[in-house]
Amino acid sequence: MINAIVLYSIATIYLGVSFIKDKHKTKVALWSSWKMFRNVLPDLLAIMLFVGLALSLLTPSLISSFIGGNSGLLGILYSTIIGSIALVPSFIVFPLGHTLVQNGAGLPQVAVFMSTLMSVGLATLSMEQKTFGRSFAYARNISAIIMSLLFALIIWVVMT
Amino acid sequence: MTTLKRYWFFFILLLGLFLVAWMNQAIAMKTVQLTSKSILDMLFLLPPVFVLVGLLDQWVKKETLIRFMGGKSSIYGVFFTLLLASVAAGPLYIAFPIAVLLLKKGASVRYIVFFLGAWSTVKLPVLVYEFTSFGSKFTLIHICFGLVFYYFTGILFEKIYGQQKLLKHDITKET
Repeated sequence: MINAIVLYSIATIYLGVSFIKDKHKTKVALWSSWKMFRNVLPDLLAIMLFVGLALSLLTPSLISSFIGGNSGLLGILYSTIIGSIALVPSFIVFPLGHTLVQNGAGLPQVAVFMSTLMSVGLATLSMEQKTFGRSFAYARNISAIIMSLLFALIIWVVMT
Repeated sequence: MTTLKRYWFFFILLLGLFLVAWMNQAIAMKTVQLTSKSILDMLFLLPPVFVLVGLLDQWVKKETLIRFMGGKSSIYGVFFTLLLASVAAGPLYIAFPIAVLLLKKGASVRYIVFFLGAWSTVKLPVLVYEFTSFGSKFTLIHICFGLVFYYFTGILFEKIYGQQKLLKHDITKET
């Protein structure tokens, strides 16, 4: 909520300043904003519905039962897959992770789950491809998976 | 017709939702609730971000951005990129159009990869949650390791992908 207020204030202020300085430039800017919005909308709607479906089918207690404290490498694998597919707003990620740990999920498993949730997006992959091209999009997602796995490994060694 | 075609995935999912509703109404209700909430969140957050990106596109000169995020900006570029990514709010897909714009304005690939990585690792508004839920040790490991990893990934990616190669896909253009 605070985020939105700050964002809107900043955008309004800059828009105002820009309009006073150069009406034409401002018009061009707004037109390109609108085109960007229109281009991403179909993908975004699909992503939202996909995530809604995934989150209502996979409840925290169900996820915890897959990635419990003793689930080991298999648990890591499951959480990597679930985390890569799903996509939740970032401010929900850590409270969700906390809920999972309280439900009995292991810390390294939750670590890889949260990290992939935020950095890997199979749901957004088609959108990322349109933006950067296929090869870069795949490479970036793979590097994010590697980072998440290494991060989980460090957590495993250091904190359990 | 072409506009409709772009929504094909959405319609397939909608079909899936009806299938779920037919089998279990409670889950379908929950899906509708979750989905409409995140769509509202998105419609709320996205417009100001896109307006800012559009304005940036018109006003910021290429030379200025090259100074901050170009190939020769070194440690300055790291800090600037980090600052840009960490104050931002919202999921990663919002970062894509921003990254493309930076790229267009002459930012080097290294900082673009670092920008996307930092966006998904360090965000000041979210940091509070991580800190309170998982403690300082966990948070520090996450941030430090993430940033170092993505910096080196950036250097690696820069060797593979040229700036021009990534810019073939300009989303501000009509598709």
